[in-house]
Amino acid sequence: MFPLRIVSVAFPLSARCRIRAQLPAPQFCKVFACLAMILCLAGCRARDRATLVILNGSEPETIDPQVCTGQPDGRVASALFEGLTRFNAQSGQAEPGIAHSWEISNDGKIYTFHLRTNAGWSTGDRIRAEDVVYSWRRAINPATGVDYVGQFFYVKNGEFLHTNRSAPDYTLLGVRALDPLTVEVELENPTPFFVDLCAFHTLAVVPRQTIEPLGNEADQWIRSKVLPCSGAYQLDDWRLNDRIRLRRNPHYWDAANVRAETIDVLPTESPTATLNLYFSGQADFIVDNRSIPTELNDILRTRPDFHSFTFLAVYFMRLNVTRPPFNDARVRRAIAMVIQKRRLVERITRMGEPVATALVPPGCGGYEPPEGLPFNPEEAKRLLAAAGFPGGRGFPVIQYMFNAGGGGGSRLHEQIGVEMQRMLREHLGIQLQMQPVEWKSYLNEQSHTNYDLCRSSWIGDYNDPNTFLDLFLSTSLNNRTGWSNPEYDRLIKQGNATLDQHKRFALLQQAETILVRDELPIIPIYYYRGLFAFDTNRLGGIYGNLTDHHPFGAIYRKDSADTLRR
Amino acid sequence: MPLIFRRLAAIPPLVVLIASLAFFLVRVAPGGPFDRERKSASPEIERQLMQRYHLDEPLWQQYGRFLAGVFRGDLGPSLKYRNHSVTDIIAQGLPVSLTLGLLAFGFALGIGIPTGFCTAVWRGQWADWGISLLVLLAICVPGFVIGPVLVLVFGLKLGWFPVGLWGSPLHAVLPMVTLGLYFAGRIARLMREGMMQTLQSEFIQTARAKGLSELRVLLKHAFRPAVLPVLSYSGPMLADLLTGSFVVENIFQVPGIGVFLVNSSINRDYPMTIGLVMLYAILLLGLNMVVDFSYGLLDPRTKSSQ
Amino acid sequence: MNQDSPTPRAENTLEIARPLPVEGTSASPRTPNRQAWLRFRRNRPAALAGIFLALIIAATLLIPVISRFDSDHGSDIQFGPPGWQHWLGTDVHGRDLWVRTFSGARISLLVGSVGAGVSLLIGVLWGMVAGYLGGRLDSVMMRFVDVLYSMPGIVFVIVLITTLEGHLARLFEFISPRLGNSARMVFLFAGLGAVSWLTMARIVRGQVISLRNRPFVIASRALGADTRRILLHHILPNISGVVIVYLTLTIPSIILYESFLSYLGLGIRPPQASLGTLIAEGASQINSVRVYWWLLAGPGMLLASTLLALNFVGDGLRDALDPKGSGER
Repeated sequence: MFPLRIVSVAFPLSARCRIRAQLPAPQFCKVFACLAMILCLAGCRARDRATLVILNGSEPETIDPQVCTGQPDGRVASALFEGLTRFNAQSGQAEPGIAHSWEISNDGKIYTFHLRTNAGWSTGDRIRAEDVVYSWRRAINPATGVDYVGQFFYVKNGEFLHTNRSAPDYTLLGVRALDPLTVEVELENPTPFFVDLCAFHTLAVVPRQTIEPLGNEADQWIRSKVLPCSGAYQLDDWRLNDRIRLRRNPHYWDAANVRAETIDVLPTESPTATLNLYFSGQADFIVDNRSIPTELNDILRTRPDFHSFTFLAVYFMRLNVTRPPFNDARVRRAIAMVIQKRRLVERITRMGEPVATALVPPGCGGYEPPEGLPFNPEEAKRLLAAAGFPGGRGFPVIQYMFNAGGGGGSRLHEQIGVEMQRMLREHLGIQLQMQPVEWKSYLNEQSHTNYDLCRSSWIGDYNDPNTFLDLFLSTSLNNRTGWSNPEYDRLIKQGNATLDQHKRFALLQQAETILVRDELPIIPIYYYRGLFAFDTNRLGGIYGNLTDHHPFGAIYRKDSADTLRR
Repeated sequence: MPLIFRRLAAIPPLVVLIASLAFFLVRVAPGGPFDRERKSASPEIERQLMQRYHLDEPLWQQYGRFLAGVFRGDLGPSLKYRNHSVTDIIAQGLPVSLTLGLLAFGFALGIGIPTGFCTAVWRGQWADWGISLLVLLAICVPGFVIGPVLVLVFGLKLGWFPVGLWGSPLHAVLPMVTLGLYFAGRIARLMREGMMQTLQSEFIQTARAKGLSELRVLLKHAFRPAVLPVLSYSGPMLADLLTGSFVVENIFQVPGIGVFLVNSSINRDYPMTIGLVMLYAILLLGLNMVVDFSYGLLDPRTKSSQ
Repeated sequence: MNQDSPTPRAENTLEIARPLPVEGTSASPRTPNRQAWLRFRRNRPAALAGIFLALIIAATLLIPVISRFDSDHGSDIQFGPPGWQHWLGTDVHGRDLWVRTFSGARISLLVGSVGAGVSLLIGVLWGMVAGYLGGRLDSVMMRFVDVLYSMPGIVFVIVLITTLEGHLARLFEFISPRLGNSARMVFLFAGLGAVSWLTMARIVRGQVISLRNRPFVIASRALGADTRRILLHHILPNISGVVIVYLTLTIPSIILYESFLSYLGLGIRPPQASLGTLIAEGASQINSVRVYWWLLAGPGMLLASTLLALNFVGDGLRDALDPKGSGER
């Protein structure tokens, strides 16, 4: 099998050894080769191409719609499970889903949803109002482990039931099935973005018939042989790190408009591998904007098949306000004023991102953020001197912590750090040291507020400024800067209880001004731009939108499926 | 042979020992499996999760639970990919990694042994120089360079092979070469060394003096003892190859277990790390045992000692 | 092939470049060490490679100091191709790659030689003792190696760094503020050293097993030589070839392992770079859209040529130390 053939013709051999014959293959080589052949047959099962192949970023941790948190996870979960509303592929706003219509009471607190008669589980059963009630009760139960449970706190008694540890009565949750096709939801406060929230996968409908027999907290239900799905697709196969195979759900209410028969969702960690698969035609659509090498952004986004769009996400630095030198707001402001964000965006991220001086991306739910601090090294020097460090003298060496080793993003964080290092040194005479840590250490240090300066980012969950602003409430677990400001808390709370959107935004703007002009526990750097890749001549139904939602159900091939390249 | 049985019997306790050490080691590392960038809305969630996976119990109790699981053959669920159990994940990825590893091993031996053999025989001639140069290149050019270059040339430019994924023998070619080339270079060096040493031994002189043909001397007498360094090296090498390679799996999007070996440590996926360490330990101990016993087969002089 | 003696001139330059490492005071031409040295010097490729290696080491020490560019400070010339200003081009931050390559090589060579040193000291000794004494001790020693080999190396380094780095960094800063950053290096060495010797031990043991019943060993045992003497004077010279060859294989793998640890955030801290991380950075630029080839070319060539030279030196040493190979051929 592996002939150890030594060809002697080409080389002048030494007088002593002239080898012409073929060497006998050692026995173990033969055995080994047979073994390899057998395994090859077993290990390489023929791969059939799905109608659509989507490169989805990192492997989903879980595709339980209520439990999952990651964006790649959420995309798959949303394809499998739908809620009362769903995201429109074009606008990213909520549109009717399982519910075809709804009424809102005058005080904005009671929503009555009317379910479709043709909304079915993929097994053929009808989706009923009780299923919605069950799903939401399941999510609110802390034992289920729903990280996004905060989205249920707008529902009456949501927070109370979730935090109450003594055998709570989940029937108190403000959701009732009036009849098999009518769901009534009672909210704590009027919540203008509640319909948008209903489109989010956390509020999706999950199959009671599968979950209950396995126990409420069973993680395995999602991999049941027969899995009833409420979304546009059902799950055929999930091989970790290999692919997720989705098949069209024939009982989906909008099945007529779901045109791709099967979808392969491929996990990709390496940006270069992602591009290779796309360019070689082994994949049709790169949906995850972070799986594209940043160095190529400037050249790729000019290509006709790469499409860039703005979405609700911000890259920012957290400053640890609990210890010197950043316990002084003047120092924090000084640092923010010497970072040339334009330079970072042009040289490093290269996507034409808008630079950020405030936390909330402009246009988020119709909200306009206040103007933050501009680049102003002179003022920064003055502030630093006022804080007791004239010319940077006596300023301690500060550490910039970032997560390394997470694929494409990690190099970006390092590169931004190196540029910042130069800016701080040149303008303020401050030494910035790099502190790369691996992922879990990064999270751990962050939640224990054990760092000086660290990178961070936030992607909006729904199209409303609150998804960003509530991060820095003193009670928020995502604050992680040690910063708390009663005035900020009060303004946000007051704003969110205000029905008039205009007045509400004014209050939120006031709060954000404290955050990004006066106190600066964070330094906003830039707002993300997404980039995805697909050939517009071959695929349709994909649009860039603010919420970065691209429902798989809307995607279709323009070319016929049988002319597919293998 | 009672010795074989003794070695075999030693494997299970050693694996348990290794798993136990790994168990405590991973828990010393900071952070836990449920640390996320987006914290959940209430600390209650994390508490409940810790409780569900028994991470809130005292360590010795967790250890007992873990040992009991090992004896039942149950490694528990992955804490990162919670819909999958560790055994599931290994069962899915291992055939792929085994296949790729064996192919790469074959490639490495198939290239490395003849190369090393020839360079030793042709020592000092320009053929030796030329081949040695290529061998050295194979050693010092890392997989993360060769892989992308191969993809670029044979995958994208020429279109001979798929650029990634897994599913047909064609898919296996580029990963096999990337993975195998490095080891081929190392094997060639070790083989050359073994061969040169053997060619100087007294029994080769004797064989030559007896008037045997050079070819016969080389193949019948010199080859077997010369393979010894390669053999010693193959134990750890094969264990490495069979458990997959992070770099190669990343470049070619191969669904093996090598990626998990690294990522589970990074993610603090305790059961996954320990499961993979155990798998690795079983392979390593088994292969080293095979290697130790084949010393005697290759070179009778090693035998008479035990 | 190296029978022809080199020109006297070449011999003289060598003499000046490197004083003879003669053991003790008695520099009689008959000592094995001196003979080996003479043989090594007569091996022209090996000697040239040795000079080349010395030059590279000197360059890694000097170039970062004398160059007008700083290895860590950026400029506005982003991704500048090689030219008169920047001989090897610039990277994403506009840093000069010529300087970065050599300062990176310094770290890589340091890391590589520490790994090789550990491998040589512990690995060879461990393997010799286990292989020669055999029996139960051998089993215990080799199983110990297996256990260490099976440990998850990354977790080990994570634990090492997170539990101890802070303390060590404080200690270093106490001694000298400039040392604060090098605490990470110590752990890098510890982590790499811990794994580098294991395979060496196995290979050495395998060789020793095949040697221990050879006539010359049996003879000296019969003459009453003690174990230490047999190991050092009879076994060691006979395995030196394999040891040297594997050592030259260990260095590249250590250098590459370091770049992997750095990729995970466990290795050296940016903006410092090593040859391995520079190559990894260059390799990540290999794609079908736009290739900044100079990011890979410079560091790659330096690594390849250094390792090449190292191998020639290794081969030369191996030939020189070989107790039998001297006159033959």
